[in-house]
Amino acid sequence: MPVINLRVNGNPVSGEVEARTLLVQFLRDNLRLTGTHVGCDTSQCGACVVLMDGKSVKSCTMLAMMADDCDVTTIEGLANGSELHRMQQAFMDNHGLQCGFCTPGMIMSALDIVERNGNDLDEATIRRELTGNICRCTGYHNIVKAVKAGAKAMGD
Amino acid sequence: MYDFSYHNPDSVAGAVSAMNKAEDGKFVAGGQTMLPTMKHRLASPSDIIVLGGIAELSGITVDGDSISIGAMTTHAEVAASSDVQAMIPALAALAANIGDPAVRNCGTIGGSVANNDPAADYPAAVIALGATVKTSKREISADDFFTGMFETALEEDELITAISFPKADAAAYMKFENPASRYAIVGVFVAKTGDDVRVGITGATPCAHRGMRLEGVLNSNFSGDALESVEIPVDKMNADIHASAEYRAHLVKVMTRRAVAACS
Ligand SMILES: Cc1cc2nc3c(=O)[nH]c(=O)nc-3n(C[C@H](O)[C@H](O)[C@H](O)COP(=O)(O)OP(=O)(O)OC[C@H]3O[C@@H](n4cnc5c(N)ncnc54)[C@H](O)[C@@H]3O)c2cc1C
Ligand code: FES
Ligand code: FES
Repeated sequence: MPVINLRVNGNPVSGEVEARTLLVQFLRDNLRLTGTHVGCDTSQCGACVVLMDGKSVKSCTMLAMMADDCDVTTIEGLANGSELHRMQQAFMDNHGLQCGFCTPGMIMSALDIVERNGNDLDEATIRRELTGNICRCTGYHNIVKAVKAGAKAMGD
Repeated sequence: MYDFSYHNPDSVAGAVSAMNKAEDGKFVAGGQTMLPTMKHRLASPSDIIVLGGIAELSGITVDGDSISIGAMTTHAEVAASSDVQAMIPALAALAANIGDPAVRNCGTIGGSVANNDPAADYPAAVIALGATVKTSKREISADDFFTGMFETALEEDELITAISFPKADAAAYMKFENPASRYAIVGVFVAKTGDDVRVGITGATPCAHRGMRLEGVLNSNFSGDALESVEIPVDKMNADIHASAEYRAHLVKVMTRRAVAACS
């Protein structure tokens, strides 16, 4: 079987994969990083979003082999010990989740939004940028508030 | 999805040779269409030839009055390119509205054009701007490239290497999007260069095409009001749960009117 080498949350990892292994399967099944969720498996919901070389991608729509040699960041890579990342903290403070299933993808997408749009985000921008992330619970209102607050906190 | 052999060539020649050796090979660019298709087992290739390692397929270069976009350039890169924004802002805006950010970070112009989804955005721009599709074998003009639903003039082992867009004096793309997928229910790209107007229509029919009747009236009177007299043939339109044929025919005119207004 082919072998891949990449960095996940800063740590070098390698593993044998079938060519058809999806990146999300490699993260969840091989590395046991189950924070990245599979909501739809049809590229629609964004629960599986991770950062690859700093950019948001749907890990259910990418082969693990395509991440060979890349830097992947998952939700597990954000907190510093027990201290949450500012975007995670903002989701907690603003009640930006209910069941939490969509949250890892929302937060990883939010980091990509901040990277491209800066720390001062208006509501319309956040809503447009979150078109690829579906939440069944919250009605999005508090998610939008959380992303705005988290973006601001990341700039402080 | 069924398993397959994986190839990661670093040159166009290597990709073509891998394809010719494969029993039932498929190129993969961003995978944003190909992987969902394979998961549904609508395609089960024996060999996957990924194009991400081929440096010569990426990048945007300005060449006089036209701009050449490498096949592996992502939608996000086209949207953010200051060269595309300066030369053909409507093309950058089109790319910025494809799907969602994660799709735009992976999906490529070559993949979108080669796939020729009836609701894809880029084909409308390729047609209206009179672009040239450069391949591993030849150059194909926009008018000859899109041949039918998910069908193009490409041969099995032929690779798009770049697409060259001539600059227009004014251009605009208007899409009435499906709110769930952002694909075009109807999208109309209007480009005006001198007195020559070209209209590219996507989403409306099984294959993106030129709006000859619309061009006919716009060539003599470039205004939304001129469109009133044009008949859009309802029987040629797509019909599905998202929109009826009558509705799509109506949208063709509305989107054209908006695009013309945005050009003037
Ligand atoms: C949730 C979602 C929403 C989307 N919304 C939109 C939208 O609003 N508008 C829109 O237009 N599209 C949309 N798309 C499609 C998206 O733009 C895809 O990126 C695109 O259709 C295919 O590009 P790709 O690079 O991913 O190609 P792939 O999926 O890798 O390949 C697609 C096809 O093209 C062939 N191919 C790829 N590159 C080449 C090449 N250089 N030469 C020859 N053949 C090649 C492949 O063999 C395959 O048959 C959406 C996709 C998803 C998942
Ligand atoms: S699980 Fe990947 S987009 Fe839904
Ligand atoms: S909090 Fe339940 S899906 Fe978003």
